[in-house]
Amino acid sequence: MLRPRAPLFLARSVYRRRRLRDAARMLPLLGVFLLLIPLLWGTPDGKGAGAMVVYVFAIWAMLIGLAAYLAPGLARPESDAETRIDPVLPKPEGEDAV
Amino acid sequence: MRHVLLIEDEANIAEALRFILSRDGWSVSVVADGALGLAAVAELHPDLVILDLMLPSLSGLEVVAALRADAATAALPVLMLTAKGQERDRAAAEAAGVSDFMTKPFDNAEIRARVRALLGA
Amino acid sequence: MPFNLLVLVCLAYVAFLFAVAFAGERRASSGKRRFLRAPIVYTLSLSIYCTAWTFYGAVGYAARSGLEFLTIYMGPTLVFVGWWWILRKLVRIGRQQRVTSIADLISSRYGKSNTLGVLVTLIAVLAATPYIALQLQSVTLSFGVFASETPENWALPNRDATVFWVAAGLALFTIVFGTRNLDAKEQHHGIVIAIAVEAVVKLVALLAVGIFVVWGLGGGAMAMIDRIENIANPAWEMRPSRWAGLIFLSAAAVISLPRMFQVMVVENIDEGDLARASWAFPLYLFLMNIFILPIAVVGMDLMPKGANPDMLVLTLPLSQGQGGLAMLAFLGGFSSATSMVIVETIALATMVSNHIVMPLWLRLRPATALSGDLRVGILLSRRLSIMAVLALGVGYFRLSGGSNALAAIGLIAFAGMAQVLPALLGGIFWRGGTKLGAGLGMSIGVVIWAYTLFLPSFGEGAALSAQVFREGLFGWHWLRPQALFGTEGMDPLIHALFWSFCLNTAAYALGSMLSFPDPVERVQGASFVNAFDNEQQAERLGWSQGQAEPEALLNMAQRILGDEAALSFFEAETAGQGKAGYLPDLTPAFLAALERRFAGSVGAATAHAMISQLFGRATVTVEDLMAVANETAQIMEYSARLESQQSELSRTARQLRDVNEKLTQISAQKDAFLSQISHELRTPMTSIRAFSEILTEGDLPAQRVADYGQIIHTEAQRLTRLLDDLLDISVLENGAVQLTLGTANLSDMIERALASASQTRPERRFEIRRDVAQEAIFLRTDSDRLVQVFINLISNARKYCDAAEPVLRIAVRQKGGRIMIDFIDNGAGIPKPAQALIFEKFARLSDESRAGGAGLGLAICREIMANLGGTVAYLPGQKGAAFRVSLPLRFDPGLAINLPA
Repeated sequence: MLRPRAPLFLARSVYRRRRLRDAARMLPLLGVFLLLIPLLWGTPDGKGAGAMVVYVFAIWAMLIGLAAYLAPGLARPESDAETRIDPVLPKPEGEDAV
Repeated sequence: MRHVLLIEDEANIAEALRFILSRDGWSVSVVADGALGLAAVAELHPDLVILDLMLPSLSGLEVVAALRADAATAALPVLMLTAKGQERDRAAAEAAGVSDFMTKPFDNAEIRARVRALLGA
Repeated sequence: MPFNLLVLVCLAYVAFLFAVAFAGERRASSGKRRFLRAPIVYTLSLSIYCTAWTFYGAVGYAARSGLEFLTIYMGPTLVFVGWWWILRKLVRIGRQQRVTSIADLISSRYGKSNTLGVLVTLIAVLAATPYIALQLQSVTLSFGVFASETPENWALPNRDATVFWVAAGLALFTIVFGTRNLDAKEQHHGIVIAIAVEAVVKLVALLAVGIFVVWGLGGGAMAMIDRIENIANPAWEMRPSRWAGLIFLSAAAVISLPRMFQVMVVENIDEGDLARASWAFPLYLFLMNIFILPIAVVGMDLMPKGANPDMLVLTLPLSQGQGGLAMLAFLGGFSSATSMVIVETIALATMVSNHIVMPLWLRLRPATALSGDLRVGILLSRRLSIMAVLALGVGYFRLSGGSNALAAIGLIAFAGMAQVLPALLGGIFWRGGTKLGAGLGMSIGVVIWAYTLFLPSFGEGAALSAQVFREGLFGWHWLRPQALFGTEGMDPLIHALFWSFCLNTAAYALGSMLSFPDPVERVQGASFVNAFDNEQQAERLGWSQGQAEPEALLNMAQRILGDEAALSFFEAETAGQGKAGYLPDLTPAFLAALERRFAGSVGAATAHAMISQLFGRATVTVEDLMAVANETAQIMEYSARLESQQSELSRTARQLRDVNEKLTQISAQKDAFLSQISHELRTPMTSIRAFSEILTEGDLPAQRVADYGQIIHTEAQRLTRLLDDLLDISVLENGAVQLTLGTANLSDMIERALASASQTRPERRFEIRRDVAQEAIFLRTDSDRLVQVFINLISNARKYCDAAEPVLRIAVRQKGGRIMIDFIDNGAGIPKPAQALIFEKFARLSDESRAGGAGLGLAICREIMANLGGTVAYLPGQKGAAFRVSLPLRFDPGLAINLPA
């Protein structure tokens, strides 16, 4: 018996979920990048803290917002649709999905 | 003059027999091969066949069987000679339908007597 | 505000918490878990990250260092919004393996090593004790604030008594709700609910104070931002190394702090809650922190110089006459401290009890382990552990005498606990991580942490002498605690963090790569690292979540079926799936086959139970199964022994049968041989006898006499030769031949053979083609015998080669220590069916040329060659009869193989 191979082309919903996961993985990296940017500004004598507070909290809020946007899609349990081939795409001849 | 066909592949033995038997007044032909022997029987119509058991192409037993199967030669007297002197070999030869059976080495007087008897002289 | 009222409110609040926890337990035990399962509860319980350190200390931190306090919350935010990376896997593994604590996770991952469990427990206790002391301190400080009339003079009348009663109350609460029942999975619904309530209280309190400060005192949001913007405090200058380092540290801490692990992984009921917490918990942190800076800024402006910035959340409302608000703030701080202490205590007590107390107790009194119910013992040890942990906290508090900088201790604790991180992350992402690596990494990390951060934190001359600070340990300059390897000028915290993490990680990686994990470790490593793969596979199969792994199955199968049988079964199954190796995919077909195979060994029911337990939701540990398998293995070994005895018997019987057959065959061969000999002897005898009789009779011409005499002579010679041959072959076949070994030139031998064989049919013109140069080889062999073989082969060619112009080619080749001599003529060759026969005795291809011999020649050749350690064989496909003689260059009789006749 051959191992059922993951289909090459995924259904739209499954494809979207995969990209959602990519986004979820990317999010903390984006956060690190944005939170390290203030290091480049420099605050001579501790001045300019106000702008920085606004910036940091804005980034923070944005991260929370993005995470909240992504979470429902990620939390959905993996459905059996995962291995289904998009019906719109023509099946290759003679290669029935096992 | 009665005709004897000798089917024997050992040249020296054939020579000895030819000498002994022709000295007794029989006409003797020699063939060294079973298949040739059968052809010679058809050609020469011998009155007696002396047959070696171990022959090239057709064995002595096969020759006897062929002779017995043919109505023309069914009654032809056959004396079988063999270097294999075991009882089994004799039984096999008799079953095939030989008239007489002798083991090598043989006594010259003995074989002359047997031949005379077989030729009804 | 009267101090008594405060105590009353405080007691009422505690009673309320008890009621909430009790209600939670009741609901949980009666199965009404809907409320408990509300996702918000999970998120709120995570808020124990915000301890009194956050509630009071963050303001102090902000007052001292500006924005830096935010890093403590940035790390967790990043970890949570990035939950897909680490937390998801941790929670999944926690559920799969029924993990009870972070020590349990690490110990379980590295082959259930209790040593590692003890190590992690010790690290946790070491790092958490000051932290618990800190919480107790904050409670006493806040009491003190209310107790004293003037905020500036807040010394508490009886500090130690307060701490004692607070600790006792916490111990009571923790014992009542933390050790109510003994679940395999350490979940405490009552406590979680109480913590969730406390989380709301502290958030509301902090927000209330913040709103009051910003809009009541500060003049609105924009004014606050302007105010912050215009602060010129050199201490507020941003230090990049600390900014980045602290974000990293807090991220590491939120994963590895025992209390966070407890609520995040152990108390997790639904994995979906984690998805929601991924944004809700950062949001909680966001709200907790949004007013910290304004409170700090306004507080510094309004409060007199020298006021403790760590208490601004309380003292600011009090100073403004907002008694109710201050009371709320007090309850918020109280909540922060108590919830942290409760959860931390439970987490630590679980570890201490499971990894230190119970193993010790069982070792000291092994009989109890066999007596069955360990519940009482475990509960007792758990309760004692809780008290011990709290006692440690109280003890530390008394010893330290109440340090002023709360934040410093928090960060030190973070850095200590974070030493677990490399082993933890390595454990769930890298299968190569081993027990040794983990132990080494954590030990080195903790030692460096203690030496560079923890011990120096007591101050110069306290734990470490001033001399050590200046000149390093043992006077080695490069071992100065705050300038390891000469790295001066670094912030002490970052310095400690840098060196402890670098060396920890390096030791972990190196130790792992150099050591070899034991089987349980490998199985556990695989099931941790591949936590998701298994389940996706199991889900595809329709199995519920399980932890079985091909490797684990193979391991088990080896115990049951035996190594070779299991390996070959797995290999065959893997090949059947079109893959290489020994680990097949867990297809239903494979599992069914495996179950059948097991059923053959352990019975169908057990086999089914084993497989379904491996894939069932109830996780049976691999160790359990191995124990079962070991028992089975003993039975199997016994029956295997019986089986092998039986097969031994049948093998003997078969051998006897074979020998018998061989004897019969030999007997038949002997009959045939005798009959052949008889025939071969009688034939010349016949001629001799007949002619001698003729000659005796006399009266023959002289020529005839001469001819017949010649015939007799020839036939007598033939007879002699035959007898010689017969003797020869009998000697050769019995291996009794006397070989005369010597060194001889191959070329000479061929020459001799050619000369000798030329007497065979001397009338024939025969062309011989040789390469004399190739023949210039000296052989150590019996040259006469070898020449005999050559003569035979050459004579055969002379006799039987039917070509018009016969040619014999003799080719010599050397290969390895052997030499090969080919005799190839240009005749018709030997037909295929006859090739197998020619080396048999009395086998003759044609009777035409029987004058030569009795058909023993090649049989003798074969025997000679066997005696000379070589072979002679017919070479097919040479466009003629071709024989190859092959023999060793130097013949050693000791190595001669006597081929059976």
